[in-house]
Amino acid sequence: MIWNKEMECMSRDKMTELQSERLVKLVNYVYNNVEFYKKKMQAIGLKPSDIKGVEDLYKLPFTTKDDLRDNYPFGLFAVPKSKIVRVHASSGTTGKATVVGYTKNDIEAWAECVARCFSMAGISNDDIIQVAYGYGLFTGGLGAHYGAEKIGAMTVPMSTGNSKKLITMMTDFQATAIACTPSYLLHLSELIKEEDLLSTIKLKTAICGAEPWTEEMRKQIESSLNISAFDIYGLSEVMGPGVACDCKYHKGLHICEDHFLPEIVDSKTKQPLGDNQLGELVFTTLTKEGLPLIRYNTKDLTEMYHGTCDCGRTSVRIGKFKGRADDMLIIRGVNVFPSQIEAALVGLEEVSAHYHIIVDRINNLDTLEIQVEVKEEYFTDEIRSIETLTKKIAHAVNQALGLNAKIKLVEPKSLTRFEGKSVHVTDKRKLY
Amino acid sequence: MVAKQLSVFIENRQGRLGEVLAVLKENGVNILSLSLADTTEYGLLRLIVNDSQLGKEMLSKEGFSTIVSDVLVVKIDHKCGSLQGLLTILSKENINVEYMYGLSLDGDQASVVIKTSHPEKAMEILKAQKISTLTNEDLKDM
Ligand SMILES: [Zn+2]
Repeated sequence: MIWNKEMECMSRDKMTELQSERLVKLVNYVYNNVEFYKKKMQAIGLKPSDIKGVEDLYKLPFTTKDDLRDNYPFGLFAVPKSKIVRVHASSGTTGKATVVGYTKNDIEAWAECVARCFSMAGISNDDIIQVAYGYGLFTGGLGAHYGAEKIGAMTVPMSTGNSKKLITMMTDFQATAIACTPSYLLHLSELIKEEDLLSTIKLKTAICGAEPWTEEMRKQIESSLNISAFDIYGLSEVMGPGVACDCKYHKGLHICEDHFLPEIVDSKTKQPLGDNQLGELVFTTLTKEGLPLIRYNTKDLTEMYHGTCDCGRTSVRIGKFKGRADDMLIIRGVNVFPSQIEAALVGLEEVSAHYHIIVDRINNLDTLEIQVEVKEEYFTDEIRSIETLTKKIAHAVNQALGLNAKIKLVEPKSLTRFEGKSVHVTDKRKLY
Repeated sequence: MVAKQLSVFIENRQGRLGEVLAVLKENGVNILSLSLADTTEYGLLRLIVNDSQLGKEMLSKEGFSTIVSDVLVVKIDHKCGSLQGLLTILSKENINVEYMYGLSLDGDQASVVIKTSHPEKAMEILKAQKISTLTNEDLKDM
């Protein structure tokens, strides 16, 4: 089913017209309500009246994650705090989180986008859906939840952390759909097989997102559970899950482009690229009131293509992600920057500033190992003291990332020293 | 005077233990006893050597995390119950034993290396009980 036929199947001309109209309004809105954008535009001699439609988009300056950090927490909000009804937060590149704010209308628009995505996956009010993304500052849980409620599905807010209960309820409630990360779903499928519940469960649809996954992984999920799996995309800065989703033809993810105007820009020149060209995905939020963003660079690498899909939707599509333009890692659905780990380690006097991160996927679950050099003067001859130190480091890392990491102490000066920009990560997973 | 023990932190990777031993051998440091406490990730090699100062210097120079700590090397009779008797003495005085391992001597004498919570105090207690311990000087000649 197509949730919003008017928007999802609009002709290209009409869509361009709508986007242009919204863009012009947005540029005036941010110019008048966000000091940051006013200054940024003035600095390059750009007036709101210079933007007459989407063809002028390229004239506008980019927004980066660092801009969000520099204006922490509410500096980029375009409305007074009294109009904000919700905030979420995601990992920042350093210790500070990236905070996003939503007005009532933003929450409504978000639910609309998620509802479109869920409909694209064939979910309706007849479904019972378990939302197994984290509920909290992370946008996954509440984002999926509001969309599921909007389409009228029976929504079960599982959140994360209790696989046994999830499977029990999946069986007892006869749940037909689940929203979670793809790696977690594979992990669940193993547990379901172990408990010999494969023939008992009624699951038919999975909406997976919050981390990159391959076409092979989708097929693996589909065959192991005998279900259909769909890829949902989003990021908190832009909104959360629901920015794009793929339909049953799996020929790219349809973007809710009446809300989020996408561009692909060249990684080096930052110039806009045409269809089927690999570059960095950039979004301009067309309808957001709380935290409107102009040309926000997601740093996700992909390509974009226009044309009518077999499903009938005309909305522009993005391909599977090919990687990241920065060093951000997505571990168990959580965004992690090596710099966050570094910041946590620098705060500990016992360890040196050198570290190495090893990410792997074992039994379908991401593992994070951090190798740390302990300063010689902090070594002891007792295992107990070393274990205490290991726990202390693990705790600091957990506080910084919200993730458990395995800490491996290594000999002083044993980690490779790098000149200039450090290469601190070995990612053994096959994500792209 | 208490005896000095070398503790070396070694990662659990192939050949690392051998490298430590090679450094000691090349510098003529004789190992009198050793114990390897290992976890899945790393090991702690504890050594009683004839020259702890030289051993520490050379290992540090080669990049091994090495520390020197005070331990007791206690002579005990090679007979049933002697170790238990020793531990009873220490525990009565509230001295905790962190870890221990054996060090063999010639003849019918044996000795144990003991790391305690209070090495100096433990020495006094043993002295009062006429239990002999080996000092660093004694180890030098071995
Ligand atoms: Zn489609």
